[in-house]
Amino acid sequence: MNAEIRPVKTAAEIGLADLFAAARQTLPGGSRTEALRLEAFDRFSESGLPHARLEGWKYTDLRRLVRDAKPLAPLPDASKVDAAVPGAALADLGLRRLLIVDGVFVPDLSDLASLEAGVSIRSATEALAADESVLLSGAERDPAASLNRAFAASGVVIAVAPDVVLERPIHLAYVTTTGTPSAMFTVSRLEVGERARVTLIETHEGPDLSDYQVNTALQLTVADDAEFDRIKLTCEGAAALHIATLQAEIGARVRYREFGFTTGGAVVRNQLLVTLAGKGTDAQIHQASLLAGRQHADTTLVIDHVAAGSQSREVFKAVVDDEARAVFQGKITVQQGAQQTDARMMARALLLSDEAIANCKPELEIFADDVQCGHGTTTGALDDQLKFYLMARGIPEKEAEALLIQAFVGEVIDAIDREDLRGALSRIMTDWLKGRG
Amino acid sequence: MTALLDIRGLKAEIDGRQILNGLDLCVGKGEVHAIMGPNGAGKSTLSYVLSGKPGYEITGGEVYLNGEDLLAMAPDERAAKGLFLAFQYPLEIPGVATLTFLRTALNAQRKKRGEEELSSPDVLKRVRELAKQLSIDPEMLKRPLNVGFSGGEKKRNETLQMALLEPRLCVLDETDSGLDIDALRIVADGVNRLRAADRGMIVITHYQRLLDYIVPDVVHVLAAGRIVKTGGKELALELEATGYAQYQSEAA
Repeated sequence: MNAEIRPVKTAAEIGLADLFAAARQTLPGGSRTEALRLEAFDRFSESGLPHARLEGWKYTDLRRLVRDAKPLAPLPDASKVDAAVPGAALADLGLRRLLIVDGVFVPDLSDLASLEAGVSIRSATEALAADESVLLSGAERDPAASLNRAFAASGVVIAVAPDVVLERPIHLAYVTTTGTPSAMFTVSRLEVGERARVTLIETHEGPDLSDYQVNTALQLTVADDAEFDRIKLTCEGAAALHIATLQAEIGARVRYREFGFTTGGAVVRNQLLVTLAGKGTDAQIHQASLLAGRQHADTTLVIDHVAAGSQSREVFKAVVDDEARAVFQGKITVQQGAQQTDARMMARALLLSDEAIANCKPELEIFADDVQCGHGTTTGALDDQLKFYLMARGIPEKEAEALLIQAFVGEVIDAIDREDLRGALSRIMTDWLKGRG
Repeated sequence: MTALLDIRGLKAEIDGRQILNGLDLCVGKGEVHAIMGPNGAGKSTLSYVLSGKPGYEITGGEVYLNGEDLLAMAPDERAAKGLFLAFQYPLEIPGVATLTFLRTALNAQRKKRGEEELSSPDVLKRVRELAKQLSIDPEMLKRPLNVGFSGGEKKRNETLQMALLEPRLCVLDETDSGLDIDALRIVADGVNRLRAADRGMIVITHYQRLLDYIVPDVVHVLAAGRIVKTGGKELALELEATGYAQYQSEAA
């Protein structure tokens, strides 16, 4: 007896169906893309918005958290964009900034001058219109990824040829400017060639007073012997819903560094689906969340060790104040052929109030017999003894707490190679701590 | 003239257990007082209550530092008013660089006193000089506070903090514990350099040994939460010979 329970569709689900019916003719893509969109939306219709009974969404029930579907954002008016705002925290770092405004890549506002040889940067809208493979692939059964596939209309398609070493990091600056409730779906792609070295920074931000929804995706391919760093800052407005999917395929002997830093957004879901497809790769996936008010931030990682001899290190830190909630789900899968895998995962949450919540769910799934895997999780308050020690030296309570919080998050920030980026992220953290009053 | 520290009838308990039982103590400027006593007499409790550690309930008495009500202040305010506790077991704080900690503490105190904050290079210069006096490797200052430090290094680091912060009243809680004789000499030299006409010290110790190096003006015996005997430095030697047994029975 497996009677399928078909819950009544929510207002948001009905709204999304109407939205898709109205928009599908105008979404960019040839026949192949269109078929993918239709298939994706059908899958979404079957599942509906993810809810707590789906294991992967256990703690982030979008049926409850998403009340309605917002209309697609109107095309941005480039003349109204204050170009100083997006990614301001990272100004002066010499990044190559590519601007995505209200879900649309705006080449006119992007730094496309003197592109390095072997680098191509194109609009995802144009690539979709040419029916190229741009839409997110994989994660077929994930409802949020399906929605992204169905609706994604813009983004940036970047390719870095083999052996190209990019000194300037590429900065995808996603910014919402619209004050009206709206939804934005974007997909970007990055291909890093063999032996190439690339740093990608993503920032996501928007106004506090605007009720908007972002569903963004990055399809990443890193070829053998490359070095790739990604830093994603999620600093959305206070009312925003932000869902981000990373689908990454990493080759052999790659040095891969991933750092996600979440401070803004009402509901945030960062899902990272990483396949270590080649041998001898060294992957480090770090996340930090600083949450207050009633924020809800979910990081869900699946790292799939397919090939032998790779190492992965996952560290998740959450600082949770007020009535906020941090969710971490991390799954390490080691396939049969992935002998000599060395994978370790640690999740730590620091609760700053009695009402703050942290949900941690680590999982290991191992099909090989010669591996080293481990995971751990801790949740606790600030150490009163340490706080007293600092205060006994004259440091006021709030400052003592700030020092201890900085020390807690510092472990993942300090692991970032570039000093200027470490500095910028430390400043974001300091500002957040000042906001605590 | 107001005493530097004036403790009157201090009573304190933790978890419903009374530890301090009407303790009186007066420390004048320029004086070094030793407090000796058996285990469990309340020596460490006294140091914690003076510095404002949470968890202790004051059930009676008063404490004045330079005439100001110490018990009404938060721990950081007490520090800014010139109270310094050298911990028996200095804590390790991963992720907080020693130098950052020292600078933050010094400037927090200066700010609270309305003094100008010092620049990082100025703090570094002062810290370097003190580190040299205390044979502290400057590399240690870059490391997280006390993390991986030996017992001796931790105590030297406490002494460095004390010298940097220039308190009015130093409370040294079992500073000799866990120190070998060389480390003890370095720490004691550091403490002795801080002896000054406008500064008082309370040296809490179980053994007389430390008092060979830091010679006190007054020695008190603390038993069952009260000062039961006060004398000159010869009292310490007497205790070394006779032990604490007589005071324990007296107090009981």
